[in-house]
Amino acid sequence: MDKSFTIAKRELAGYFTTPLAYVFIVIFLALMGAVTFYFGGFFNRGQADLTAFFSFHPWLYLFLIPSIGMRLWAEERKTGTIELLMTLPISTTQAVIGKFLASWAFAAIALALTFPIWITVNYLGDPDNGVIVAGYVGSLLMAGAFLSIACFVSALTRNQVIAFVISAAVCFLFMMSGLEMVQGAFKGWAPPFLTDLVGSMSFLTHFDGIMKGVIDVRDVIYLVSTMVVFLFANVVTIDIKKGG
Amino acid sequence: MSQMLDIQRLTKRFGPFTAVDDVSFSVDRGEVLGFLGPNGAGKTTAMRMITGFLPPSFGTAVVCGFDVTKSPIEVKRRIGYVPEGAPLYEEMTPEGLLRFVAEIRGLAGKERDDAVARAAERINLHEVFQQPIGTLSKGYKRRVAVAQAILHDPEILVLDEPTDGLDPNQKHEVRQLIREMSENKVIVISTHLLEEVGAVCSRAIIISRGKVVADGTPESLESRSSFYNAVSIRVSDDKADEMHAQLVKISGVASVTMVDRSAPIAHMMVMPRDGKAILPDISAFIRQSDFPVEEIRAEQGHLDEVFRSITLSR
Repeated sequence: MDKSFTIAKRELAGYFTTPLAYVFIVIFLALMGAVTFYFGGFFNRGQADLTAFFSFHPWLYLFLIPSIGMRLWAEERKTGTIELLMTLPISTTQAVIGKFLASWAFAAIALALTFPIWITVNYLGDPDNGVIVAGYVGSLLMAGAFLSIACFVSALTRNQVIAFVISAAVCFLFMMSGLEMVQGAFKGWAPPFLTDLVGSMSFLTHFDGIMKGVIDVRDVIYLVSTMVVFLFANVVTIDIKKGG
Repeated sequence: MSQMLDIQRLTKRFGPFTAVDDVSFSVDRGEVLGFLGPNGAGKTTAMRMITGFLPPSFGTAVVCGFDVTKSPIEVKRRIGYVPEGAPLYEEMTPEGLLRFVAEIRGLAGKERDDAVARAAERINLHEVFQQPIGTLSKGYKRRVAVAQAILHDPEILVLDEPTDGLDPNQKHEVRQLIREMSENKVIVISTHLLEEVGAVCSRAIIISRGKVVADGTPESLESRSSFYNAVSIRVSDDKADEMHAQLVKISGVASVTMVDRSAPIAHMMVMPRDGKAILPDISAFIRQSDFPVEEIRAEQGHLDEVFRSITLSR
């Protein structure tokens, strides 16, 4: 675990030595503000809560999270530094966890910087801060699940743009799997349990509950196990493909 | 288990292509092994398997008693490795990179700082210690890569084409460094530069199409050259034919070839029979006669000729 932290520390510092970190954070905060106030109608709702804020998180994550995750492995493969990293005395699992933790910590920093909206809503009214904390926890877990997908896809290619596009597409499918669009593709032929299974994989469904302040163990387990599955796939991919 | 590095039937297949084919050898402390071969012969693949980056298809490498297929982490602890092209995290500074590698290698606090300072001192990195690696010259990048490899004073140092792309001064520096470090370690370097083998290696293995085709000291490989112990003579052009006629009569001389006949100086090569030393006989002959000889020189044997004949013959 020590070594994972060493790797995470290096990766996290790596975000901030390039303009990527600052560009990302500025865009993230600007978009968060814009959608909350314009599309979410934060003021018009006349309610002291952050539903307008949180309900757009999945949509912003859809393309912002892959942009955090895309470089993690693709860049190592492209520049050849993966050979340096993987001949140091660490296991593939430690490396995968380290990189994932760095990107997740970065997402957490960006998310934490949205605190002014939390102050605003407390200034304007008297919101249920428990619900807001739950919303942040849920948002962070969902970012982690998206990131695990982005990390995995990044390990498949040495091209960051391809990594970005594919992870955004996979995240999109996971998000929408509860909705009619994806369900319709299964209903015609698949047995009902399969259709339900696909539906139950939807990030939106699981995030919805948490956002409303209900931290259901099943939702948490779902998001955490998504991370575990994709990180495991990430380890396997690196072991198989690192030389290629 | 006295051998520090023991390669046993190492094989790597990529689909139908066999990159490394049943390679076995062992290396002992104090040896500098030159891994020679044309590009694409399998040098890099072999090194990647030894350092635990690629899993072998068959066979294994045993490093200080640890099998790389069974305990890769133990093996990686004992190896310092500079991969081909010396890839580095370009956004980091040499200091940051060395500290990172030291921490991964389990050094912390003062121990880590000491190790980083020692490596930087040895490789002479202080000038650029705080500059991003991406902005450094090729020579400095290579030095940073070597510094990270020797940070933990490894028992085995593996360098994949350490001088590739460096200028003559930088090459000299890297070779100097390798010689200095060779005493208590096993050093394996791969190269396709033959002069490098003579300059730093105590032993050379030639690999071609994945197979070991020659193994010996650089001198013993040179002795395989048809030029080994040949004598090169430069003489006035007008006397060349006469001298040629007399030289072939000396016992021990197999043949005499005119290499270059452009006046005023002709250059000929006297080839010995069965690689015998014929220089004493020839110099005695020249002293007795009065040919206007400009130069007489014993050939060392041409490593590149041996290399070409060995690697092209199969």
